[in-house]
Amino acid sequence: MIYGKGTLGLLLMMRINKNNVFLSLFLCMIMSHIHAIDSGLAFNDPELQQRYETLISEIRCLVCQNQSIKSSNVFLAVDLRNEVRIMISEGKSNKEIADFLADRYGEFILYRPRFKSSTVFIWLAPFIFLIIGLFVVFKVVRKKILTQ
Amino acid sequence: MPIFFIGLDRDKSVLPSPLIGKKIPEFTLPSLINSELQIDSSEMLSNTFLFNVWATWCAGCLEEHEFLMKLSESNEIPIVGLNWRDNHNDALAWLRDYGNPYTIIAEDVSGRVAIDWGVYGAPESFLVDSNGIIVHKHLGPLDDDIWERDFRAIINDAN
Repeated sequence: MIYGKGTLGLLLMMRINKNNVFLSLFLCMIMSHIHAIDSGLAFNDPELQQRYETLISEIRCLVCQNQSIKSSNVFLAVDLRNEVRIMISEGKSNKEIADFLADRYGEFILYRPRFKSSTVFIWLAPFIFLIIGLFVVFKVVRKKILTQ
Repeated sequence: MPIFFIGLDRDKSVLPSPLIGKKIPEFTLPSLINSELQIDSSEMLSNTFLFNVWATWCAGCLEEHEFLMKLSESNEIPIVGLNWRDNHNDALAWLRDYGNPYTIIAEDVSGRVAIDWGVYGAPESFLVDSNGIIVHKHLGPLDDDIWERDFRAIINDAN
């Protein structure tokens, strides 16, 4: 805690510097803290900036699939961030922006799929399983009470 | 339980395009070969064509280039190129070095048109029918087998 993440990493590396795996791990640690190249504010209005940051953290980078376009520097992610910024400044709503992206790249680009016929199962599954679970618990408990 | 195994064998990096069955996204872009000439997407309609997204920084594009040259020589289908976020001179040099299989090439320096086409990894190839509808999309380098399996049947159906 006193040394901070970087120092801790360095100390770790000095002790186990024979092993390249740890060097790679250490590099990964630093890399994850490097910010996007266009990390300067996209908007002067803090409210718009907040909306922009939330939106781009919910859009998947399709080239580097387990990252959002907020945390990737692949040029497509840069292009899409730019596109989102333009759409916000044009006054488009979050839904319009999500539709724009999903119409071109498919539902997969959104970390939170929209509620529609092809995604209805994803949205309703937790509730369906909850009801099944409650039903099973009810049955089991009732059987126990009856057999006692 | 079986539900969890559905899709496990699918390649997660190949995503279905929502553009299939839809009209092509419209665009107007300069021609790569002659920058003063504007290419309007509506002019490309009226016959079936292959829309191929490429760039000199894309290794898979070099891989499929020989196939595209062969396809172009066979006169089976016109190939429209979209040069995606590339260096102008590098792109021209590439065509000089490896040959030009394209009927026309639109130059998308900003990548804005590629976004409309849902492009996320070159090479990408779209088969467009004579009504301007995207009927098939292939992600990755094309070759004889893929062409035979996924494209030829659709082209024959369309004609």
